[in-house]
Amino acid sequence: MGTFLRAVADGVLEGGVYGLMAVGLTLIFGVLDIINIAQGIMVILGAYLSYVLWTHLHIDQFVGLLITVPAMFILGVAIQFLFIRPLRGRERTSMSLLACYAVAIIIEGVLYQRFGSNYVSYTTYWNSPRATLDIGGYYLPYIYLAGFALAVLLVVAIYWTLYRTQFGRSIRATMQDHTAARLVGIDVNRVAALTFGIGVAVTAVGGMVFGTLNAFNPNTGYDLISRLLAIVILGGLGSIGGALGASVLVITLASLVDVYWNPEWSTVVFYGAMVLVLVFRPQGLFGRKEARAQ
Amino acid sequence: MTALLRTDGISKAFGGVQALDDCSIEVEPGSIAGLIGPNGSGKTTLFNMITGYGKADRGDIYLKDTKITNLAPDKVFALGIGRTFQLTRVFSRLTVMENMIVAAHHKERAGQQGSGWLRNPFARAGGPATRRRAMELLEFTGIAKLAADRAETLSYGQRKLLELSYVLIAEPEIILLDEPAGGVNPTLIGTISDRIRELNRQGTTFLIVEHNMEFVMGLCDQVTVLDNGNPVVSGPPDVIRHDHRVLDAYLGTGEEDDDAA
Amino acid sequence: MRPAAIWRAAGLVLLVAAAAVIPLAKNVTVTHVGVFVLLYVGAAVAWNIFSGFTGYISLGAAVFFGVGVYTVALLSKHLNLAGGVVFALYPLAGLVAAVVAVPFGLIALRVRRHTFVVVTIAVFFIFQLMAYNFSWTGGSTGIFPPFLNWDPNTFDMPFYYTALVIAVGAAVLAWAIWGSRFGLQLRAIRDDEDRARGLGVKAMRVKLAAFVISGFIIGMLGGLYFYFQSEALPEYAFNPFFDLTIALMAFLGGFGTLSGPIFGALLLEPYLGYAQFQISNAYVSEVVLGAVFLVVIILLPRGILPTAGERLTAWRAARARRSAAPAAAPAGPAGAPVAGAAKAGTAGTGTPGSGRA
Repeated sequence: MGTFLRAVADGVLEGGVYGLMAVGLTLIFGVLDIINIAQGIMVILGAYLSYVLWTHLHIDQFVGLLITVPAMFILGVAIQFLFIRPLRGRERTSMSLLACYAVAIIIEGVLYQRFGSNYVSYTTYWNSPRATLDIGGYYLPYIYLAGFALAVLLVVAIYWTLYRTQFGRSIRATMQDHTAARLVGIDVNRVAALTFGIGVAVTAVGGMVFGTLNAFNPNTGYDLISRLLAIVILGGLGSIGGALGASVLVITLASLVDVYWNPEWSTVVFYGAMVLVLVFRPQGLFGRKEARAQ
Repeated sequence: MTALLRTDGISKAFGGVQALDDCSIEVEPGSIAGLIGPNGSGKTTLFNMITGYGKADRGDIYLKDTKITNLAPDKVFALGIGRTFQLTRVFSRLTVMENMIVAAHHKERAGQQGSGWLRNPFARAGGPATRRRAMELLEFTGIAKLAADRAETLSYGQRKLLELSYVLIAEPEIILLDEPAGGVNPTLIGTISDRIRELNRQGTTFLIVEHNMEFVMGLCDQVTVLDNGNPVVSGPPDVIRHDHRVLDAYLGTGEEDDDAA
Repeated sequence: MRPAAIWRAAGLVLLVAAAAVIPLAKNVTVTHVGVFVLLYVGAAVAWNIFSGFTGYISLGAAVFFGVGVYTVALLSKHLNLAGGVVFALYPLAGLVAAVVAVPFGLIALRVRRHTFVVVTIAVFFIFQLMAYNFSWTGGSTGIFPPFLNWDPNTFDMPFYYTALVIAVGAAVLAWAIWGSRFGLQLRAIRDDEDRARGLGVKAMRVKLAAFVISGFIIGMLGGLYFYFQSEALPEYAFNPFFDLTIALMAFLGGFGTLSGPIFGALLLEPYLGYAQFQISNAYVSEVVLGAVFLVVIILLPRGILPTAGERLTAWRAARARRSAAPAAAPAGPAGAPVAGAAKAGTAGTGTPGSGRA
């Protein structure tokens, strides 16, 4: 029973962090109608940033977020402004996706240039054995708790922003209808840029937690984006709560498979679940049944 | 005379909004029927139910004696019900002629030997007979000279004519027109109503949703008024014009109104 | 035939003829790059048959390529094939890829376009994962062909001509589809799928057919790759840049048009190959690819050919206005005629579109 609870607890906590990254992806999709393929490599970028801040400037991971989160936010806004906003024409959304793909490989190339292909891992207070909570023999790393708490906090903050502020109202209006939003005076471009910024900024948090607990190199971005994509398909594109829920669900499942069966197969869980959902419920577990193909 | 098209107690709700509430209407064969009512009364929803672009919660729809409730749009189309949309739906990057050919595809298939999709898939699109018929129809609606132009270059009114044309090429028994005169200049409106009258003389039945009262009253044999998803009155234009229930529907009950329509 | 069509046809025949004589110059480097150029021409055209015509952007073409590579790889390993017979395997590779395309398409084509792209990416990752992890695919070590005892000076030539045949065949097929009922339905689906369905078009069948055809061609090209490059490695057979590259070529030349992907591939592949060679650092070439892509789609969103076609039409119309004569006919849907001879091959070797290290 202990093993089971441990596996579940691990899954839930890790799922929360992945959920945060997935929520960022969903937010961007909801407002701009594009899948930010670069989300995976951006998490890695966030991980490298936290790594550099720690190893060169000895700035604690969580304190470092005060730098990395705004930095990633600005990056997101810049990307949207420079590469997405100018796109015109009927194939706009497809081209935006390809633009994100292009940005992703540029970032990957730059990271390879700067850091090489060696795996990076570093020791810090947060991944040391001291930084764990001992609950009856089960060791809960503080960083997972803190990361999870931060993830929950941020999701709540996003929800609060969406439903209780003027800006959030603009976002929701834009999500529903760009033209109508413009007609009521909402600056759709500004909303789009800021939303993209927020969607990317959350990867700074995810990246920090991920990088502290896992060895990574630029290549890891592929693993991450493939999981995130499977998660959002599972949850249903466009459902923020769904992204979080699907995240926790599938990572907990993967965690159980890891413990009870074989770590090799835990990735399969992601894709297997995704394929099952696509076959039986194409709109995702939490998605609304929308009119098909445009 | 049995009605050509009949809805029987159709109800449809979208979340909290009851768009159609026990809606029963009838369209006599060979007539031009009008469907009017204030915005939100359920007219387009009813069209969607009939043509398969949505599932009714309750009720049935009959084409002659066949029950066609909740059939998919392509089956409804195949049974002889054509339909145009409020916001014209044409294939923008295809030429006018190609638009016609796509709509005729079904008739073409029915006319050919062989079955299934093992027939030569690389057959040129649109045989000579289809193209001839398409040109006839385009001449009838007056946009024949645009046959080689891409649909996206057409003006709004021309697109409405294109939609009408390609619905016609399938030779439907009844055509549902959703606001054919909406946003169209007055001269063109005259052309459109002439064409409808001409087609009706040749045997096509029409059910028209419109806001343009002049258009409806001048063209239709029978007019039904919808209010809040329910038909409140139905009859010839002269009768409807003076019925206070129509004014109530448009302006709200309890409003005293002196000037007649 | 209209004069414009005659010019276009003549230009294309000239192109193919020029391509056919290039290897006879016996320049090994040129021929080697030429194979890659033709490979990408074929792949871009095949990709366009599905994605360009239906408007469903697929980023999973690499799945078909990789399946083709591994099909031939496994057959060669178990049957120990060497010699001319290997060329007979390519249609088989295409067939296997086509078979894979059926369930792939049935699952992926049920969802909206936005989700579709994501699904194709996810399926790509699944296949790459399988290639890395299954023992019978050789895992990360991969599979290597038995040594082909051919003259190294003319080694590439049979591959060149095979690729040429496949590329030309794909282009002819695309042209045949374009004017056919099948093609018209695909294009109608791109413009308004629901309306097309409402008019009786069997959307799923039509989309799936195009998807399978596309997969067949790309699978064949994958089969060719195995013996040509003498390897089947997960990161090269299932290469994440493959799809981006051919999408870029299609957009560059004119997305959804007939000659667009051909033009895009002819223009881009020699450069990519050359850049790969000059900038021996694979990571920098990655950045170059991304940057080129961004520049292209922002500055030339309609692609080179349609934009050129529009400029030509506008120029003609302006000239006609000036001389008060009736305006000239607008450019056809397939884009402006491809003027001039082939641009296949420049100096430089290397493996364009490389995998990750």
